[in-house]
Parts: sequence; C-alpha cells; structure tokens
Amino acid sequence: MRELALHFLDLLRNSVEAGARIVELDVAEETASGLLRFELRDDGRGMDETTLARATDPFFTSRTTRRVGMGLALMRACCERCGGELSVASQPGQGTVVTGHLLVSHLDCPPLGDMGAVAQSMACEADAVEFVYRHRVDRKVFSLDTRRIKAKLGMHTLGAAEVLSWIREHVNEELRRLHRGRRTASGG
Amino acid sequence: MKTREELQALRERARAALAVRDQEGGARVVIAMGTCGIGAGAREAMTALLDELAQRGLSHVTVAQTGCKGLCDQEPVVEVCTPGAPAVTYGHVTPHVMRRIVAEHIVNGQVVSEYAIGTASEAN
Repeated sequence: MRELALHFLDLLRNSVEAGARIVELDVAEETASGLLRFELRDDGRGMDETTLARATDPFFTSRTTRRVGMGLALMRACCERCGGELSVASQPGQGTVVTGHLLVSHLDCPPLGDMGAVAQSMACEADAVEFVYRHRVDRKVFSLDTRRIKAKLGMHTLGAAEVLSWIREHVNEELRRLHRGRRTASGG
Repeated sequence: MKTREELQALRERARAALAVRDQEGGARVVIAMGTCGIGAGAREAMTALLDELAQRGLSHVTVAQTGCKGLCDQEPVVEVCTPGAPAVTYGHVTPHVMRRIVAEHIVNGQVVSEYAIGTASEAN
C-alpha cells in the first residue's frame, strides 16, 4: 500500500465487515522517537484462537463469501519492514484490537497519506457503524466522532456527498495543523 | 478553513437532499472496498465520486461500499444502479472514469460502455 492511510482503511473495512457498531482508531506520532503507534478497537464478532492465529497469514481468510482478506497480513508486513510490529487480540463476541507501531523515519515507511478520505469512507457507514478517530502528534490532539457530527447535523446518517466532502477536508486540515511547526518524515 | 460553522451551514442542504432521496429514490453507487480494491485505487475513486456529487449538488445519490466481489483483476470495481434501469458494473475505475460515470451515466443516463464489465438483468 502506498500510504499508511490505505492500511488503516483496509483494517477499518475488516471491522465494518465483522459487524462492528463502534470502531475506534488511535494514532500517535512522537517526533523524538520517530515512532508512530496505532490501536484499532472494534466491537465486531471477533475471532477464535485458530482464526486469530492465522489472521495475519496472507493466504488465509475467514470468509466463505468474501469477508476478511489480506489487510492484517499486509499491515503486519509493513510494520515489520519499518522496524516495528503488529499484534492482534480478539475473542468471539468480544471484538478485536489491533495494536502496532513502526518507525516513520524508516526508508520503507509509506507516508501517512489521506486520512481525511479514510474518515470519509467510515463516515459513509455512520448509519450503522460509529467511528471514533483520535490522532496525536506529540502533545497536540485531534479527534473526530461520527456521533458528535450526526448530533450537530441532527441527522442519523452522514451519507450526503457535501457532508462527506466536508469531513475529508476537515480531517486533513486538522492533521496539517497538528504537523505544522515540526519537521516530520510521516508526510500527510 | 473547514470550520464547524460550515458544517452547521451544510445542515439544511444535507437534510433537504436526503428528503429528496427518500421521496424520489436516486441512483446508488457501490464501491468495492476490499483489500484488492483499496490497493488498486478504490478510495481515490470514492473521493472523486463524492467530490463530483458535492460539486454538482447531487446529494440524492447514495454512495455505499462493499467488500471484494471476486473481480480483483478489474479493480477498482464500481456498481451503478439508477432507478428503472439495470445495474451496471464498471471496472478499472480511475478518478477520471468515475467523474465520467457521474456526468454521463448518473446525470445523462448513458452507460460509459468502454468501462462497463457487466449488466444485471434486473434493476435493484
């Protein structure tokens, strides 16, 4: 994947396909260490031990009719290539937690990329799945919660194109604000 | 600056658009957002679609996402259903093709045949 954002989108799609009602994504960048840490939590149907053990195997999918694919395997490979790691904790009925980190200064590390488009894609599902996204750069934090936006709009869905376009630009502007004033290898 | 005030201003327009969608029913566009789709540029197709819909004020068009449909070599794959017409599946949908689909298929009812890879026998 050309951007970390595309990896995140891929994992978030797994959560949606796993029937999650709430998906939370936390991303934290530390300038001093050059580390980017992330944690994705969902309340989807989860995986049993056997499935979990094979979840990051690129040649495994739990789907019978195309449900979960190579996303975890690709992201794990990306983390390991960039001096980091990825782990998955899950139980049937208990949801799934994906935790990982990587070095953004690593030559092989893709840029952060268009996180606004990721939020846009998740917001498009907001009539069924709530999305909470927090992004920290050192001490500065940005957060987005689809429940908050829906309340602000007085709507049960965020599916209107104008709203989704606003969300993408809003997220990308806020992330630029977080990155302003510091030199970073993470792009975005 | 994308302020929260701007979001507030969108409120009435978005509500009106959704009311039209509920009443009249509009086109529905489904983007395959599996790993293969994402890797091939499905997200870029989606942002182009939403951008085009927002610019043209076509908020009554429903945008949905699905997983891999088994047409990985044709990704990005997008399905377009317009009222009263068979659903059309498109392959290799770059942002440019996506914008053409909006202008030619959704607005003018003309299938962009060079990118169409299949047509459902009945509308849904």
